[in-house]
Amino acid sequence: MSSGTLYDKVWDRHKVTTLPNGQDQLFVGLHLIHEVTSPQAFGMLRERDIDVARPDLTLATVDHIVPTADQSRPFADDAAEEMMSELEANVRDAGIEFLDPTSGEQGIVHVVGPEQGVTQPGKTIVCGDSHTSTHGAFGALAFGVGTSQIRDVLATQTIAMDKQDVRKIEVTGELGEGVEAKDVILEIIRRLGTDGGVGYVYEYAGEAIESLDMEGRMSICNMSIEGGARAGYVNPDGTTYSWLSETDYFEEHPAEYDRLKPYWESIRSDDDAEYDDVVTIDGSALEPVVTWGTTPGQGVGITDPIPEPESLPEDKQDTARRAQEHMRVEPGDTMEGYPIDVAFLGSCTNARLPDLRRGAAIVEGREVHEDVRAMVVPGSQRVKAAAESEGLDEIFREAGFEWRGAGCSMCLGMNEDQLEGDEASASSSNRNFVGRQGSKDGRTVLMNPQMVAAAAVEGEVTDVRELPEVATVS
Amino acid sequence: MTGSEVDVPEVTEVSGTGIPIRGNDIDTDQIIPARYLKAVTFEGLGQFAFFDQRYDDEDNPKDHPMNEDRYRDASIMVVNSNFGCGSSREHAPQALMRWGIDALIGESFAEIFAGNCLALGVPTVTAEAEDVRDLQNWIEEYPDEEIEIDVAAETVHFDDRTVPVTVDDGQRKALVDGIWDTTALMQSNAEAIEATAADLPYADRSD
Repeated sequence: MSSGTLYDKVWDRHKVTTLPNGQDQLFVGLHLIHEVTSPQAFGMLRERDIDVARPDLTLATVDHIVPTADQSRPFADDAAEEMMSELEANVRDAGIEFLDPTSGEQGIVHVVGPEQGVTQPGKTIVCGDSHTSTHGAFGALAFGVGTSQIRDVLATQTIAMDKQDVRKIEVTGELGEGVEAKDVILEIIRRLGTDGGVGYVYEYAGEAIESLDMEGRMSICNMSIEGGARAGYVNPDGTTYSWLSETDYFEEHPAEYDRLKPYWESIRSDDDAEYDDVVTIDGSALEPVVTWGTTPGQGVGITDPIPEPESLPEDKQDTARRAQEHMRVEPGDTMEGYPIDVAFLGSCTNARLPDLRRGAAIVEGREVHEDVRAMVVPGSQRVKAAAESEGLDEIFREAGFEWRGAGCSMCLGMNEDQLEGDEASASSSNRNFVGRQGSKDGRTVLMNPQMVAAAAVEGEVTDVRELPEVATVS
Repeated sequence: MTGSEVDVPEVTEVSGTGIPIRGNDIDTDQIIPARYLKAVTFEGLGQFAFFDQRYDDEDNPKDHPMNEDRYRDASIMVVNSNFGCGSSREHAPQALMRWGIDALIGESFAEIFAGNCLALGVPTVTAEAEDVRDLQNWIEEYPDEEIEIDVAAETVHFDDRTVPVTVDDGQRKALVDGIWDTTALMQSNAEAIEATAADLPYADRSD
């Protein structure tokens, strides 16, 4: 068993008791809710005549079903409107703060939590969404839960959990040109497998992680679950504290910042912490990674060949064959040149301001390929406003991208933004599962935001490092 | 916090006929496509379980075990590795349960999925890959024969064979003792919850 890690310390501080079933009951420091997984839980509370225990530690937003083109009410989709209305009623009755689209603060739940300053080191954070692991970037212990567990948290502000092992993943070296946090996590999942993290919490460390900005760390922690790890985290450091100090909340409450910081420092993993497993990856050897298949673990360096199924572990061969058939790719080829129909720059993985800046830097002075429909969906209304104040929207629009409102959008087929037929998308999102982007014949290639921008311009999967120079007018 | 009593049955054994769903890394988007999550209750989800694997674009049935008459009354789903990976949607086990599944046997399960099953009193028991394949083959041959899962003893009985399976410690105790619905159980620790919160620097009750 691990000892002295952030995970151990945060667990111990939040442990209420050991339950008769052997699980620990943990106090939940922040409960984030959205419209898809919470209404049934509120319904269960009503059936049992239970009130929400800690509305003050609960924060709601709307993201999965919200339209990104026209957010005026009522929503065009009746089912979406019903879910929105239900959430509005539930948060009103319970006295829960709701960042709705009229607030200017709405966005994807894993983007707004950090923005609001409520995602903090040393907190336990849960949400009925598997990408809750994102918040681990701040040194929080954050994980996704199901609806019955949401009921538990609403009712008690606690959750029943088994303690996991801790695997330290040390990424050494400096990342090369065109290589981002996204490539690091895709490589981790490729190496350790989509189920390699089952039973583990991942601690990301090493020079390549520490030198990332908070948004990069969020991209990495976000996809922990794609590697089977329910939670992943980075120890808080100067980058974390500086990011937090610039949130509105801590700018308005500087005394709170000073009061909490010693706690944040205290929950960092000790230098002599013990881990259940340690994995080291040379970050300097990475190139941009793209997926060739239908799980996030089926990735490959942009210049490397798509693997022969027979070269993979036996239990991965069938999945690989079916994935290659679905994607219509051939082993031995690279993914370079794979034609795409859609470019999607968005999602809780990669729709924060630095992601949009990197995409815009590639797009500037270039044009979206005539056969591609391309869209940028900022992760939150705040990200959108900040991007617009820098003129990023103009760069994207001029190149031929659609510039949308905040939401989950085309990451999953729950709103109007979906693939059609067998369209292929270059996507900065997190899942390339069959049907994930709304069409069961749709094909998703996961990649970093710069690579999405390059694919949009070229109409095919492209090594962003090899993109021809923009012709300059003298 | 108030609350009314909820009946939480003990789940010591599950028996019934089986249905094999083959393949590794079957994600929850496959188990229940996202478009069926656009509802404020779980009612009626059973008919949409594995919908895109079961029906083509014109809603004509495709070749899939869940469309076969011989598996219509099955209550034990037998799966391979990393079943239920991806999205945390409880809609996935809700859909399977509402289709008629009372328990799953597999090589391995994704954690959130297994936790969601437990919260519904649905066991997710794991077995060696070879035993799982044997069981899947046997079910295909004998779809009307009973399979018995003994949760407490961690065994599965079929075809005059008894194979060892694993039921995670916490899950086993929760099922066998009928304490898998944790709301009331955790509510009863209200004082300890308050004490834990009071000891944290950030969780003071706001005015």
